[in-house]
Amino acid sequence: MGRSCPQPPAYAARGLVRLEYVSRLQVVSGKGGTGKTTVAAALALALATEGKRTLLVEVEGRQGIAQLFETEALPYEERKIAVAPGGGEVYALAIDPELALLDYLQMFYKLGGAGRALKKLGAIDFATTIAPGLRDVLLTGKACEAVRRKEKSGRYTYDYVVMDAPPTGRITRFLNVNDEVAGLAKIGPIHNQAQAVMRVLKSPETAVHLVTLLEEMPVQETADGIAELRAAKLPVGRIIVNMVRPELLDFDELELARAVPRTAVAKSLSTAGLGGARRGGNAERLVEPLLAQAEEYAERYTLEHEQRGVLGELGLPLHELPLLAEGMDLAGLYELATELRQQGIS
Amino acid sequence: MTSDPAAAPHESAHAPDGHRAINSIRPLAIDPLLDDPATRIVVCCGAGGVGKTTTAAALGLRAAERGRKVVVLTIDPARRLAQSMGIDSLDNTPRRVKGVEDRREVSPDGSAEDDGRRAGGELHAMMLDMKRTFDEIVEAHADPDRASAILSNPFYQSLSAGFAGTQEYMAMEKLGQLRSRDEWDLIIVDTPPSRSALDFLDAPKRLGSFLDGKLIRVLLAPAKVGGRAGMKFLNVGMSMMTGALGKLLGGQLLKDVQTFVAAMDSMFGGFRTRADATYKLLQAPGTAFLVVAAPERDALREAAYFVERLAAEDMPLAGLVLNRVHGSGAAQLSAERALAAAENLDEPRIVDQMDGKAVRNSPDTSGSSESPASTGAQDGSPAPDRAVETLTAGLLRLHAERMRLLSRERRTRDRFTALHPEVAVAEVAALPGDVHDLAGLRDIGDRLATVRPELPTTDD
Repeated sequence: MGRSCPQPPAYAARGLVRLEYVSRLQVVSGKGGTGKTTVAAALALALATEGKRTLLVEVEGRQGIAQLFETEALPYEERKIAVAPGGGEVYALAIDPELALLDYLQMFYKLGGAGRALKKLGAIDFATTIAPGLRDVLLTGKACEAVRRKEKSGRYTYDYVVMDAPPTGRITRFLNVNDEVAGLAKIGPIHNQAQAVMRVLKSPETAVHLVTLLEEMPVQETADGIAELRAAKLPVGRIIVNMVRPELLDFDELELARAVPRTAVAKSLSTAGLGGARRGGNAERLVEPLLAQAEEYAERYTLEHEQRGVLGELGLPLHELPLLAEGMDLAGLYELATELRQQGIS
Repeated sequence: MTSDPAAAPHESAHAPDGHRAINSIRPLAIDPLLDDPATRIVVCCGAGGVGKTTTAAALGLRAAERGRKVVVLTIDPARRLAQSMGIDSLDNTPRRVKGVEDRREVSPDGSAEDDGRRAGGELHAMMLDMKRTFDEIVEAHADPDRASAILSNPFYQSLSAGFAGTQEYMAMEKLGQLRSRDEWDLIIVDTPPSRSALDFLDAPKRLGSFLDGKLIRVLLAPAKVGGRAGMKFLNVGMSMMTGALGKLLGGQLLKDVQTFVAAMDSMFGGFRTRADATYKLLQAPGTAFLVVAAPERDALREAAYFVERLAAEDMPLAGLVLNRVHGSGAAQLSAERALAAAENLDEPRIVDQMDGKAVRNSPDTSGSSESPASTGAQDGSPAPDRAVETLTAGLLRLHAERMRLLSRERRTRDRFTALHPEVAVAEVAALPGDVHDLAGLRDIGDRLATVRPELPTTDD
């Protein structure tokens, strides 16, 4: 590991392969509850296809990745957690800021015993929790180090690093460590580290994706988050709409549902084999509740279309991932990864 | 419907699948909780994105309309919701919410119910400004010179705006303040959207122990600490460590920290005392915790952690609010049957014998005035009957999706209630859209208070 993250590769800096270039550090953020951990994991799987190796990084100590991959809690150690189609591998790492700081101290200052003493005193806790910029530099710095790390052969250890990042409301602050730390550490190694991390984060080597749902609040937060990221000159990647429900009735059908005579639907239901269409018959009794569900669906349909419109105006590539009918599990994760690949995200 | 009052809603919905809850679920009665004058604080906690803020606001409105004088402390409300409550300007003080009605309930038999509830409730609401709250504490507890030294210190600025636990700490601080003002007889608190629901309990303590910590004392006066028994080892490494800290953080930062710590020194005792007092307040009998969740795996897992934690901390749990629960008025029709029926309609049929009459699907022969669906579509393409059949197939698929969702939600919920049968549960029927006005909050309040919600509403 170098003392700092080096510059992004020259070709990326020159922007020569911009169109084809898939950033090597993919940061996934999103409002709480939108499934950003799931999307980050699916993205790591998608990027690992065809013999690639990706590292999925968790920074908030939630152990969401372990739960998703149905493994025990991840230690502060890079560990293989999945195999991707075509022989690729996904590694995972839960970055613990305290351990990252001790690592860092060890690496630069050879502080074996003193490091432990610092920990005992609460200095490590202090440094990693109370000074937010410092904590974030450690987290992003570790991810950045993984991005740049090379094998003896000269090949990158990881083709891609995917970060399950803090939520949209905090993402700009989290990534914009430079501003945070600038006021605190004007010189010294922390300052230098922050500078080096910022160079990578603001380069085309990095892409920040935002996960949202087709609901008002997450979409609003996505729009706000993008504005903040852009203002901070951080590279915004894609918008990924998660848990998109299938379109089961289209606009014309919803119009028809409002006007259709109840008896006609009852007759159809009866044709379908669901009992008698007469008043009080099994089919007839289904009509009102089914139309009521269509009415709810219509309301949601309208809202979702509005929100799609809002997202469309943000000028970023939009991707949609389906809601998995049977809930999220490992199989579902692979399904989403396939979906992402088909949509050309990796 | 079963006659067991403790059974969940939609019990009958699953009887045809043979899917029934193994355990009966204790219903959480919201109104008695809100009406009880002994209830002084309600804390809504839970994972992010489950509707905590909306729940807190809906509970506040309901309590106010049932005659209580309520203040709702929200952390990060959706913009339109905040606007509708008139708290979109961040001024860190409670504002009275307009449009609150006195709605003493009329019972189903038509007689006005009066069980001692007072009219003339009020709803006040505020949005927490974490930095301002912190500034106010500093201003209140330090002399002007010292206060301005603290406020301008870059370290303080970073701490007050960004420390992972500051928001939680300040929410607690504000709760303590509101409680001590004694202007409201019910305080409803929303909790910050933390990475984990437990942060709400942990973060204030973490900040407190930090401010109280050994390191602070080292930074203040290393020599003093060195003299203490058991600290000998630390003393040996002390100069080396101060040196290391300086190297690591940069001399300027260390100096700022020391200045900050020195300036804050006199306030530490106060922080600690108040944090402890607020903590005790949370354990007091007048406090009720509501764990808010949605019927999703992660949210309920968080809820379970929280329930266990509250028990360990002797904090009074009133129950679980399960938001966004789906139902169906046609629950007798299983997903499988609905899908099979939809497929029957998909198969193109030239002629279908029904009720002794031929139903033609070809466009040329459609438009027969006998067809009840002919009013549905006028252009004749696709044929009205066919259009109705396609619609019906769509309705059935929609229903199948709903039934799958319903059984998934139910499984998730049952997993929670099997682990925590002692926890009372209030289920809130899902709304198709977002809530951003008082009418919407009122609706949520009604749904919250309905022990057996009628699902879904069909008439609007």
